Amino acid sequence: MLSFILRRLAQAVLVMLVVGMGAFSLFRYVGDPVSNMVGEDASAVRRAQLHAELGLDRPAPVQFARFVGHALTGDFGLSLRQGREVSALIAERLPATLELAIVAALIATALGIPLGVYTALRRRHWDAKLTMAASLLGVSLPTFLIGIVLIEVFSVLLGWFPSYGRGTTVQLGAWSTGLLTADGWRHIALPAFTLAVYQLTLLMRLVRAEMLEALRSDYVKFARARGLPDRVVHFGHALRNTLVPVLTISGLQLGGLIAFSIITETVFSWPGMGSLFIQAVQFPDVPVMAAYLCLIALVFVTINLAVDLLYAVVDPRLRVHRASEGAAR
Amino acid sequence: MKQHPAASPADATVAATPPPARWRRVFASDLWHDFVHSRTAVFATVVALLCLCGALFAPWLAPHNPADLATLDLADSHLPPAWLADGRATYPLGTDDQGRDILSALLYGARISLMVGLSSVVLSVLIGVSAGLLAGFAGGVVDAVLMRVCDVMLSFPPILIALLIDGIGRAIFPQARDVLAFAVLILALTLTDWVRYARTVRGSTLVERDKDYVQAARLVGVSSWRLLRRHVLPNVMGPVLVLATIQVGQAIVAEATLSYLGVGVPPTNPSLGTLIRIGNDFLYAGEWWITLFPGAALVLIAMSVNLLGDWLRDALNPRLR
Repeated sequence: MLSFILRRLAQAVLVMLVVGMGAFSLFRYVGDPVSNMVGEDASAVRRAQLHAELGLDRPAPVQFARFVGHALTGDFGLSLRQGREVSALIAERLPATLELAIVAALIATALGIPLGVYTALRRRHWDAKLTMAASLLGVSLPTFLIGIVLIEVFSVLLGWFPSYGRGTTVQLGAWSTGLLTADGWRHIALPAFTLAVYQLTLLMRLVRAEMLEALRSDYVKFARARGLPDRVVHFGHALRNTLVPVLTISGLQLGGLIAFSIITETVFSWPGMGSLFIQAVQFPDVPVMAAYLCLIALVFVTINLAVDLLYAVVDPRLRVHRASEGAAR
Repeated sequence: MKQHPAASPADATVAATPPPARWRRVFASDLWHDFVHSRTAVFATVVALLCLCGALFAPWLAPHNPADLATLDLADSHLPPAWLADGRATYPLGTDDQGRDILSALLYGARISLMVGLSSVVLSVLIGVSAGLLAGFAGGVVDAVLMRVCDVMLSFPPILIALLIDGIGRAIFPQARDVLAFAVLILALTLTDWVRYARTVRGSTLVERDKDYVQAARLVGVSSWRLLRRHVLPNVMGPVLVLATIQVGQAIVAEATLSYLGVGVPPTNPSLGTLIRIGNDFLYAGEWWITLFPGAALVLIAMSVNLLGDWLRDALNPRLR
């Protein structure tokens, strides 16, 4: 068990180092920071001087070590486009993205699990079949189109929900939240639902498949034979046993939600990290891109690690199996 | 992308009889039988072919040439589709803010979308299959390094990687216009996708490598290159074919997403995604047709290709027979 944890930790650190190297090479080889700092007509001597001051004349490994040191303290330098600290820019945008992702995850779970159970229990009925067909559409529709259609229907035609921005926000220390005002909730409704659609369909299909599997199993048959009511058999026995894979997938999807919020934030002009990243790609603003890359990688690696470790704790069968497979992979 | 299943490896094994005519062999195959008897597959193929033809023959089918500025008339801008009150028969699906015919823009846009999608899939199949064969056949350090790269890339959502490579491309070539912008975009999609093929092919190569026919060929003195190309390659292509069909849909959607985000194809050659982006601004003015028709076209293409891919996966899966 200990060797499994250590191996996973080492793998996580390795991934972060690889990503860090990618971010570092962005800095080093894409564009010259000096030409961004001085004018076109700066002399070669002045340029060389600046190079030396910034440590750009040192060997690459030394520079990389310095980069990692700075990155660990959250220092990614100044944004080329806005001239402000990248860390400050991101800190200011982080709450918007996290709130969007969390609300979306809640919507996906709150709708996905009941729908999955429902379609599994009534799988031969037309309403369940219709739901399954609709979920196929949900998987193949691109996120930005879902957003556009929702805007057309619910903001333009019906006028129920606003279609851009966060609305009224409340400042709680460094964290600005839109979840404490009714206006904020009205603003988050459409983007959160758009972001949730993909996860929702995925979750629903997963719960359905797991439920169908569980309903065929011996312990469910035995529970029925004991004369337990349907409600107890379905929710107490069948659903409970589907929850381990379901929770794993929803956990893993949280990272995906943060990444996909790039698209949703653009559609709804949501002032989060995703739209910051898109502006950085358009400009191109290397420090912001590199910082976002490292942050997203950190989120993904942390979630994957946590899920893997939890899995090993929850399901004893997987401990040995996982560890040996991890070596083979 | 797949008009008839002539090139599939399943046919080669099924039709062991000496080939009388290539076409008869195709029609006699199990795959063809499956295909004709699957309503979904036939329907999806018809829709996909219609889209493909519409895109291919856009210059002859489209009522107007959206790139020809001389034919544009600002007086004709913001017209709704022909069946609505102010619509005109000359512009069946209406016009955009510059008086461009939506139907024509859509046909030309589908052309760009399909071109980018197909070429990125072809390129990633080439790179991915070569890398997979190499990793599976050579083993050792090459294998370890390639697979670690795959591990890292597969743990992030593809759209994020595509965006990042696109961003790097844009930073390296800040003045990228037209051809170069297309190259950056196709490269971004290619470099995102190849890992999937590499993974699959490596797995099947590892299996094939130790089979008797490969050992026998090696004993006879067949060179490694010829062994890979003539013996291993045909036997690992089945899953690649399925994956490639599904990836065509994915690549088209990914291209549309990047273009919608404003980091895809140059605005001078709008793809479906660009058209949706342009139309987005007019949604609030009630002019839904500018954005929703290209959107519908995108969904039609993506869904028909996806359905075809799903069918192909089931049809080539021996366990489901």
